[in-house]
Amino acid sequence: MVMDDPVFLAVSALTVGSAIVALETRELIYGGIALAISMLGIAGFFLLLDSPFVAMFQILVYVGAVAVLIIFTVMLVRTQALFSTKEDKGRKASGVVLVLIFMIGLGALLLVSGLTNSQLMNLQMPPVDFKAIGEEMLTYYSPALIALGLVLGGSIIGALALARREDMETTDG
Amino acid sequence: MVEIIDYVIISTILFGVGIYGLVAKRNAIRMIFAIEIIANAANLNLVAFSRGLSNVQGQTFALFSIAIAAAEVAVGLGIIIIAYRLYKEIDVEEFKSLKG
Repeated sequence: MVMDDPVFLAVSALTVGSAIVALETRELIYGGIALAISMLGIAGFFLLLDSPFVAMFQILVYVGAVAVLIIFTVMLVRTQALFSTKEDKGRKASGVVLVLIFMIGLGALLLVSGLTNSQLMNLQMPPVDFKAIGEEMLTYYSPALIALGLVLGGSIIGALALARREDMETTDG
Repeated sequence: MVEIIDYVIISTILFGVGIYGLVAKRNAIRMIFAIEIIANAANLNLVAFSRGLSNVQGQTFALFSIAIAAAEVAVGLGIIIIAYRLYKEIDVEEFKSLKG
């Protein structure tokens, strides 16, 4: 448990820092950009873990699609509604207390788990070949892949149906 | 030398940040940010353990999880736009029609 890799430390600081900025900055559009930077940091972790395929997929989906979608939505919503930072102190305090409880619980769990024993699990194992991922996806997980395609299509149709405006449609016939 | 436990610690911190955002924020778009941060913390765990065990299933599952998260964001933002049209507001405390 000695984090002495400067690249790892830099990516950690970038990811956690921009996640906090995404939640705490006043302007929502900067929050969306900070979220995209945080997702890039996660992709950097995937690269450090020798999983370039997952890293590229993360950049493609999160930075390319999700962040752009969020920024477009923020632009669509009236700016006055975005600046309503009505924050009650009670919510903030309860959030901090809940996070402390979670952190103490998960930290205790990590300490008693065997993960701190570096002999048990380390990064000396050979990295996963991305050819193996493709084989898994197209053989054993092919029903899941088909279901995923259906879910994505359904979600796009659902989002289009949700965003439709009845009052602006022309009545033909 | 960076080990698996370091990635798990970072993932735990990100999870904590996400939980804080989900509890403390009232802006619906910010709550979506928090959900995304939590989902990414889970993905980081999956890929880290997949690397530690040299196991393909972890990465495959992370890929599926990323794709599902994209679908979830699309539907979530659609719902937020509908709610904004109805209430002229994206504060979740103002969405009172479904309140029990």
